[in-house]
Amino acid sequence: MKKIIANLNKAFDNKVRLGIMSMLMVNEWVDFKTFKEMLDLTDGRLASHAKALEENEYIEVRKQFIGKRPNTSYRATAKGKKAFNDHLDALEALLRIKD
Amino acid sequence: MNKNNEHLEALSEIRSLMERSSRFISLSGLSGVSAGLFALLGAGFVFYYFDVVPFKAVQYYTLRPDSPLFGLSPIYFMLVIAVSVFTLALCSALFFTMRKAKRKGQKLWDKTSLRLLINMIIPLIAGGLFCLSLAYNNAFKFVAPATLVFYGLACINASKYTLNEIRNLGIAEVLLGLFGMFFPGFGLELWAIGFGILHIAYGSLMYYKYDRA
Repeated sequence: MKKIIANLNKAFDNKVRLGIMSMLMVNEWVDFKTFKEMLDLTDGRLASHAKALEENEYIEVRKQFIGKRPNTSYRATAKGKKAFNDHLDALEALLRIKD
Repeated sequence: MNKNNEHLEALSEIRSLMERSSRFISLSGLSGVSAGLFALLGAGFVFYYFDVVPFKAVQYYTLRPDSPLFGLSPIYFMLVIAVSVFTLALCSALFFTMRKAKRKGQKLWDKTSLRLLINMIIPLIAGGLFCLSLAYNNAFKFVAPATLVFYGLACINASKYTLNEIRNLGIAEVLLGLFGMFFPGFGLELWAIGFGILHIAYGSLMYYKYDRA
């Protein structure tokens, strides 16, 4: 039991970060605006949570210009995908025990 | 126990986000039903116009009716029917899908619907050109079944970007079309089955599975 809880990743102990990772598991690059709309967030909240994931090297950032507007997109790294899958496995294992 | 619910909630939230961000899930089952009804109606008009009975294996496009309905020659009549069925089917499908998107809080026009459209259109354009080549070489009897084959392939391709059921619909359309390629001569009947009955069947299935909730 303790061991399973240890497998739960602290970095994903938050709804916003779970949301960001979920979307990046099934989409290659997702831009800032799409995250904001889908997760219903303010710029500041999204930026700070994205930053946290970036510092863990779970996601990478790409900044580019589309015309004259800056556009920021994110992609999950291999490390991030593995960490997220492990986290999901731990969540499922926990639920199975308590059932 | 509280913790447990929290985890469950997190998991279902994850699943929902994965779906909503990668697939266009607002496709309404009623779109299929309405498109199918218009297709059947159109086919009915054509049978009535040429005064033929379905499954009698006549090449209806070579028939010349004695008293053209509405004063339209066969080519024009078929063209009017084809364009009206296509327009009505498309508009009604858009209407029901727009309604569902609004209810689901999903946008009608976003990355998921664009991706769905692009992946649907590629096989359709290839199929359209393929059918033109058949007509160009006077192989008219293969045109109708060939459209079904390519429409089916388009559905199979598009199913990765919307509700899974579209895949089975696609497989059914391909099989129907292939049958028609081997045993040509039932073009309109196959169209009525493929675009009419199959759409209604899968549309109602999807409606009962996803839309009623």
